[in-house]
Amino acid sequence: MSVLLDISHIDMEFPTPKGTFTALRDVDLQIKKGEFVSLIGHSGCGKSTVLNVVAGLYKATRGGVILGDKEVTEPGPERAVVFQNHSLLPWLTAYQNVELAVKQVFGKTKSKAEMRAWIEHNLQLVHMGHAMHKRPGEISGGMKQRVGIARALAMQPKVLLMDEPFGALDALTRAHMQDSLMEIQAELNNTVIMITHDVDEAVLLSDRIVMMTNGPAATIGEILDVDLARPRNRLDLADDPRYNQYRARVLKFLHERHGKSKPQAMQASADKKVELDNKSVEHAA
Amino acid sequence: MTSSTLTNKKLPTWNLSLFDNNLFNSVVKNIAVPLAGILVFLLLWSATAQNIDTSLGKFPGPAAVWEQFDTLYQEHKRSREKEADFYERQRERNAKRLAEDPGYQPKIRDYTGKETFVDQILTSLVTVMSGFLLAVVIAIPLGIATGLSRTLNSAINPIVQVFKPVSPLAWLPLVTMVVSALYTSTDPLVAKSFLNSMITVTLCCLWPMVINTAVGVAGIDGDLVNVSKVLRLPPLKHVQKIVLPASVPMIFTGMRLSLGVAWMVLIAAEMLAQNPGLGKFVWDEFQNGSSDSLARIMAAVIVIGFIGFLLDRAMLQLQKLVSWDKDSVAH
Repeated sequence: MSVLLDISHIDMEFPTPKGTFTALRDVDLQIKKGEFVSLIGHSGCGKSTVLNVVAGLYKATRGGVILGDKEVTEPGPERAVVFQNHSLLPWLTAYQNVELAVKQVFGKTKSKAEMRAWIEHNLQLVHMGHAMHKRPGEISGGMKQRVGIARALAMQPKVLLMDEPFGALDALTRAHMQDSLMEIQAELNNTVIMITHDVDEAVLLSDRIVMMTNGPAATIGEILDVDLARPRNRLDLADDPRYNQYRARVLKFLHERHGKSKPQAMQASADKKVELDNKSVEHAA
Repeated sequence: MTSSTLTNKKLPTWNLSLFDNNLFNSVVKNIAVPLAGILVFLLLWSATAQNIDTSLGKFPGPAAVWEQFDTLYQEHKRSREKEADFYERQRERNAKRLAEDPGYQPKIRDYTGKETFVDQILTSLVTVMSGFLLAVVIAIPLGIATGLSRTLNSAINPIVQVFKPVSPLAWLPLVTMVVSALYTSTDPLVAKSFLNSMITVTLCCLWPMVINTAVGVAGIDGDLVNVSKVLRLPPLKHVQKIVLPASVPMIFTGMRLSLGVAWMVLIAAEMLAQNPGLGKFVWDEFQNGSSDSLARIMAAVIVIGFIGFLLDRAMLQLQKLVSWDKDSVAH
């Protein structure tokens, strides 16, 4: 398949009172249509910066992003974002939150009845049909994130950008959400970039895992193709040797390779932690 | 809840939870204790008042003030009867003349009696609300613009900070002269004294609203702003759909503060501008210097306080009604 999204040699520098801070250096990544790509790395390594550049919220200092055959210059609904903290408008109901997006994107092309059906369809897709008319304050964190996803999906984006979408949720809810996301993905086959710091989540959901080195001047360290058949089932995969190999590869990268520029002492302590903690990187970070 | 638990901790011997009855506790806390407070206040007032001699006689105690409330109400009723009689007499006279001379053009002369205390309360309310609403109309758009643009904020902030602490008494002479110079209609819609008081109120209660609105707008969650950017909401829609609703809690906090300021300023402004409201009532009674004057002023003080309290409660209810963030509405 052809390349849909071309992130081409991006540098990102921020001016600070102490001089320029280089967040990203030469990040280069091509994503095909229908691909699910995870960006994984330690906190503060610039994963979110990459996502924000693709979203158009930041402008890269050097290099650029090309979607289809157009350069990305500003934010837009064809690159819908699911934010970590749901960022639903708290004064609107779930339905109205999705409606705001749908009206903005399809206001000129769809009739009122079509828009209504489309909003309801998307809310049902994320299993929120029963609580459409509740406000964010009245529903749980997982449900809010579902509405956030419905809002993004309803824009029919070319690329769906997810910034640690399940990071703020408890483990059980997160597992549910991941399963839901896989179902939706099987149905819609969206092109997705997801930021995560959960290794299991990355392996379970992705076609490719992009591992980023630590900042400053973070870049892509390694790319791992996850060649596991879909639909994937978390329980079956737990005993799958290939799944565990992938997991180990990512963990190993996060705990060893990222520390290249760091002094030896820290390197050693990072190595020790690998043995203690093989569940999730966030503890080590 | 918290206050009662705190008291319990501080004073274990006074433990009300011995009577662990919620209804009893809430009756005590919400009715009996405030009543006791008022009673103690009245006793202290009464005792102190008797020991203060002024050139207008003893300082009025609660009983004298209560008496004046009644007198003021009776005066109001009498004045209303007089007014009704006045119009009734005119009607009769006109009917009579019309019967004698069919070509007669009947004329109705306005009643020119003195405003009663109730009239003055109404005048004050109308004046304060006009000044306040004018301030709202100016302050909220200005606050939103200031909150959205950092440049505009830097430009306006020093001006706001300097004008905010200015007393209404300093503004009033300026306002009076400007109104006299510019408002020269021969058939004025409203009196100059009304305009002077109203504009002074506006000038004083503008600032808390500008500041709060700007802070509210500038403090909108960055994620919500990003949502708006991703949706490519045009600027006006961005303000309407995101900025305004997001800053409603802060806007209303500012409005509540401003209304409090407005009511305080109004009394002073009315005194000096001679706008026929409560401020003028107080001033006239002071100039009058009868033996009842102090009691009447004290009655006005209580009414002023009570109306101020009611205005604040009304604003709070309004804030609760329009605010999506119920937690942000403080008491």
